[in-house]
Amino acid sequence: MAETNGTQITFLEAIKQAMFEEMERDPAVVLLGEDVGVYGGAFKTSEGLLERFGWERVIDTPISESAIIGAACGMSYAGLRPIAELQFIDFIVCAFNQITNFVAKGHYLWNAPAPIVMRGPSGGGVHGGPFHSANPEMYFVHTPGLKVIYPSTPYDAKGLLKAAVRDNNPVLFFEHKFLYRRIKGQVPTEDYTVPIGKAVVRREGKHLTIISYAAMMHTSLEAADALAKEGIEAEVIDLRTLLPLDEETILQSVKKTNRCLVVHEDTKTGGIAGEIAAILCERAFGDLDGPLMRVTALDTPVPYSPPLEEYFLPNAKKVFDAAKELARY
Amino acid sequence: MKKELTRQQYLDLYYYMRLNRAVEDTMVKLFRQNKIVGGLYSSLGQEAVSVGTAYALEKKDWLAPMIRNIGALLVKGVPPRDVFMQHMAKYDSPTKGKDGTSHFGDLENLHIVSPISMLGDLIPVMTGVAMAGRYLGQKIVTMTWIGDGGSSTGVFHEGLNFAATQKAPFVLILENNLWAYSTPVKRQVPLENLADRAKAYGISSYIVDGNDVVAVYSTTREAVERARAGEGPILIEAKTFRRLGHAQHDPAEYVPKEMRAYWEGRDPIALYEKFLIGEKVLDAKSKKEMEEKIDTLLAAEREFAENSPMPPPEFAATGVYCTGDDCHKIEPKWERPIAEVTPPKSSVKAVWTVAGFGSGKSSGGANAPIHFGDTENTIEIPSRDGKASGKNGAKPAAKKSAKTAATSGASRKVKR
Repeated sequence: MAETNGTQITFLEAIKQAMFEEMERDPAVVLLGEDVGVYGGAFKTSEGLLERFGWERVIDTPISESAIIGAACGMSYAGLRPIAELQFIDFIVCAFNQITNFVAKGHYLWNAPAPIVMRGPSGGGVHGGPFHSANPEMYFVHTPGLKVIYPSTPYDAKGLLKAAVRDNNPVLFFEHKFLYRRIKGQVPTEDYTVPIGKAVVRREGKHLTIISYAAMMHTSLEAADALAKEGIEAEVIDLRTLLPLDEETILQSVKKTNRCLVVHEDTKTGGIAGEIAAILCERAFGDLDGPLMRVTALDTPVPYSPPLEEYFLPNAKKVFDAAKELARY
Repeated sequence: MKKELTRQQYLDLYYYMRLNRAVEDTMVKLFRQNKIVGGLYSSLGQEAVSVGTAYALEKKDWLAPMIRNIGALLVKGVPPRDVFMQHMAKYDSPTKGKDGTSHFGDLENLHIVSPISMLGDLIPVMTGVAMAGRYLGQKIVTMTWIGDGGSSTGVFHEGLNFAATQKAPFVLILENNLWAYSTPVKRQVPLENLADRAKAYGISSYIVDGNDVVAVYSTTREAVERARAGEGPILIEAKTFRRLGHAQHDPAEYVPKEMRAYWEGRDPIALYEKFLIGEKVLDAKSKKEMEEKIDTLLAAEREFAENSPMPPPEFAATGVYCTGDDCHKIEPKWERPIAEVTPPKSSVKAVWTVAGFGSGKSSGGANAPIHFGDTENTIEIPSRDGKASGKNGAKPAAKKSAKTAATSGASRKVKR
């Protein structure tokens, strides 16, 4: 497998490499956003890009998310492939109208493809507080015309970001900031992409299926290790893309294990777990030996103080406990 | 009106205004026959704005209309049948029934971006097209329209501010027709002239009589040339009046009778016709010939539209995503050497040089911290060869606006 043949890099480095290589490969790729140029991005994901690609391709913008997305949309109509950075993904809702009404509907309504990548750091666990920790992916999963990616490893982050840049559709790309510097992984030295819309089985098992993505993927794997010590073999699926959702990989696994637990850092109501539950009811009802269970964040804003945020977030123990309960069915 | 155009230009403006009105008159008939599926929005009395502005663009330029700018679409080359079929939700319409009214576009040939109902969104979008055009070396200008009402949206500000910081070759027509649905302009904007909004962005603006097509055209032509030359975005306020209600359902009884009577006496087509006859560009015979030409054209266009089928229901499920190169081959049209924007030629030194840093008149020392207002701040963006240069439109722009910002910051400080 290509993952084992290459260099060990951080999640953040993977993002940077993907942008660098895509800009190197295709002069139609440009980057715009707040502080992406001189400063190299709030998280330094675009460090060095300005020096290499110049002012016309690495564009510092005013604090105007609607203008960033709107201008990226216009650029894409003229044949460019802009990457629009949201400094924190929380601020993407400032451009909600541009994304959901303009960018997402254009191809359906008037045959106008908009190859834009909208990316930025998301997620909690770093005590960023209620406005710097969001997981707003489901607003956009509910919007036909968009694609939504939320990777968990450096390999996927790089390969999926490259695939997103080359895709002819508007793609939202969520980068869990907890993973930026904490997670390292192998990436190949040669050019590669990871297909959008394909989940992957991270760990094989037979007793139950745990479905997750992004930072909670690592939490789920930690719980699966603990479960294995008690003789429960959990199969762990990393969704990687939330829209379009890879129903087949989910169904294949659940038909084998007959039990399904969904783990996400997003809040509970309206999270992707509900959608997965509906798909399983529609397409695998007879295969289920127990209820679909969910371990998610609380239905509250993300609180700031560490004990509050830890209580709010899912963790390996919560996943372990839920999985043990599910395994009894 | 001043005489300054060629005979053909005068006649073109007249033709498109008459065509604009005739297309809308035809649609009123279709509406009354229940052949129009949704709403019908009139530009009666505003034809000079749509036609005079769009006529100032070149073929390669881009525009994005609002709902009352059917005249602009006709000037750009959209056949009337497309407008009819859009309103009738027909399968042969540009959106094949998926959207109505002037909500359609054509990226490939006519360079038209479709509007959406949310006002102001086209401003950053057309800014983006303008920036891309400059990047690709196309020397295009982009244009869109906004109403007096739409100029109060947040995205109007975000878009125009961004266009200004980028010196985007973009012209915004602020079509002040005095009414946003039932709300008069005074209840929306505390300004006598909406063109004053341009001051907030440090950009140039014009005010023009929106019912004088020659003035609209000449002013827009100048603005388009300035934008193309790299002067940055330009705002034009065209003062006019919405003669009918917000849409067909609205009798607009909230409009004072005297106001309506005043503007009905300033019908842009009647005013222009009088001028053309006085200048001997038009006479009874040529006028009649043009009317017959339009009648014949629209009869055929209307027949085509009426005969077009409705879309098959299952068509609703298609086309949400571009499926790849078989669906759209996306290729930018480069009109400059790609080498200019690729390494190593694109490489720059990423340094903001703040001229005057530490040596301002009240800073007292070479390394003293800067205070906005007590030094002359100039942000120099080095060009590719490392020197500050005025070659690219964006560069002197940034320099100039930085100065303006510093000055206004100073005066604010003093007041506090």
